[in-house]
Amino acid sequence: MRIKKNPVLRTRRPLLPPGARSRAAHLLAAAAGQGRFDLPCCTGCGRFAWPMPELCAACLSEVALKPAPTGATVISATTAEVPADSYFRERAPWRVGLVQMDCGPQAVVHLGPDCAPGDKVALSLMLDRAGQAVLFAAKKGQAMTADPQWHEMTANPRDRRVLITDARHVAALPLACALAKAGAAAILVGVPEDWKPLPTREAFAAIPGVSLLPLDVISDRSVEDLARDIGGKVEILINTADLPRPGGLGAPAAAAEARQAMEVVAFGLMRLARVFGPAMAGRGADGDKGAVAWVNVASVFGRVHAPGLAGYGAAHAAALAYGQALRADLAQGGVRLMTVLSGPTEDDWFQTFPQPKVGGSALANAIVSGLMKGLEEVVVGDLARDLLDRLAENPKAVERELAQGRF
Amino acid sequence: MVLETLTAALATGAVRVVDLTQTLTEDFPTIVLPPEFGASAPVRIERISRYDAAGPAWYWNNLSFGEHTGTHFDAPAHWFTGRDIPRGTVDTLPPEHMVAPAVVIDCSAASATDDDHLLTRVALEAWEAEHGRIPAGAWVLMRSDWSQRRGAAYANLRADGAHTPGPDAEAMRWLVHDRGILGFGTETIGTDAGQGGDFTPPYPAHHYLHGAGRYGLQCLTNLHLVPPTGAVLLAAPLKVHEGSGSPLRVLALVPGA
Repeated sequence: MRIKKNPVLRTRRPLLPPGARSRAAHLLAAAAGQGRFDLPCCTGCGRFAWPMPELCAACLSEVALKPAPTGATVISATTAEVPADSYFRERAPWRVGLVQMDCGPQAVVHLGPDCAPGDKVALSLMLDRAGQAVLFAAKKGQAMTADPQWHEMTANPRDRRVLITDARHVAALPLACALAKAGAAAILVGVPEDWKPLPTREAFAAIPGVSLLPLDVISDRSVEDLARDIGGKVEILINTADLPRPGGLGAPAAAAEARQAMEVVAFGLMRLARVFGPAMAGRGADGDKGAVAWVNVASVFGRVHAPGLAGYGAAHAAALAYGQALRADLAQGGVRLMTVLSGPTEDDWFQTFPQPKVGGSALANAIVSGLMKGLEEVVVGDLARDLLDRLAENPKAVERELAQGRF
Repeated sequence: MVLETLTAALATGAVRVVDLTQTLTEDFPTIVLPPEFGASAPVRIERISRYDAAGPAWYWNNLSFGEHTGTHFDAPAHWFTGRDIPRGTVDTLPPEHMVAPAVVIDCSAASATDDDHLLTRVALEAWEAEHGRIPAGAWVLMRSDWSQRRGAAYANLRADGAHTPGPDAEAMRWLVHDRGILGFGTETIGTDAGQGGDFTPPYPAHHYLHGAGRYGLQCLTNLHLVPPTGAVLLAAPLKVHEGSGSPLRVLALVPGA
């Protein structure tokens, strides 16, 4: 149940936990943002380490991240009732502990409820509100969604108000369903070109808590007007605005379509970011249901460039670049930007693409799951995962393969 | 002498000016084609400055739009049948065509009950019986009161396309070839009926008008303020290089009360 805001009280300004880290430690942020439990491991002697060292403390060899077992045993548990740090003091009491990892190192961790010395726990690598990787320990199988410390590091839609920017996206309807199921307080769904029929209008209306609103992300006026109405009431924004128009450089109307794709995907994001970004960043600590996350649903072809999707890929590449700027702005309020990289979706525009394609429900579930885990990057679909793996392994080979139309 | 009389009539209200133009807004519906065809860019108005840090003393915007958005003019080159017409683009069309008499055919009652109402030759001949022969070189404006609709009701798109009133094929052939009109204007998004793509020939207003070097006007408004005969239309499209059409301000000079 969402409690209404007391208009007499000042909105709490966002504070962040300590954010200083070594340069090497940012490798952990990438792993945490993707939901991987990778720890620093010596490339010479194979010892795991914590915290992130510059070199192996045992043999001075290089250290790289490696998937690690998540098991650990609690050595000691403490509750900080009056922490010295302002961020934690506002959220006290705060539980911390010392654990012995099964893979070797000892670590100071954020501790889940009811963990006592001697307990077996599972470790997670999480991003805190400063966007830095931290260790969180909780009993295996324990439901964590009600834990305030876990809540602080994730973006649970429960009792939060969510804006989905484009009702015409293939994932919009299943996303609204999934958010309703997850307990969202309100689900606002933007309808571009409201004067055109929306075949799913009745289906949206049947979902509890859903409201359809006119929203054209290619219009300054439309975006600004909506922000004037609801900019201070959106805790999670999911940007689904897209314009899939496959075609290479020589395709008919390639320039016009590339421009339109850029207007929707890249400049649309910019327009949203300019008005909703500051509003959300300013409400990052507005109670326990304050603004928490912004999700950009992007195409993997913004990162892996396919000649047959030249304009579309360029628009998504531009949106990814804008996303970096938005992430920096949102971070000041502790609001997370989650990028969802999807492969070709099950819609008319990717009709001729080979399977497996990404269905709307799969994309929706991945988004909600990513929010619940507090992730920064989610990859959806076998093709997207495969392309990114191949890109990391051998970029030139991927370039040549895509030039030949081999996905 | 004639112009002095005109300006005097304008000053006294003996001649009134009626604006037949819809406001150019970002959410005004545009023609919808199957999306695999190129689509017209909608109207976009982006602020450069408004007495702010980007321009402390001045207000101005960047505008962008397709040639066929808002209240707009169709030149002969817009359709394949008019591709070989001399001076068939908006930058070259004769300026004397930009000021011409206009007649108004009132189809508002039928359009109120039938979204697909068609203006027929029979109806035109009945109109002539009452108001006299449609003059050669005149604009023929089809009043449907469609301009009083907004948004989805204005576009009126269904699964089988748009449903909006317009002329049938024989009416257009007759107006162009037997009456020698200058152009045809509507209150809807196109000069053709919403289902005009299924007529023979497809899109007969475009086909006959532009094939004979005549013009189209669409998304007009305020036709209820224009009398059936006796009005003069001022319709001057932007002088776009090799343009197939353009948004424009359409004014009617009508007799005062």
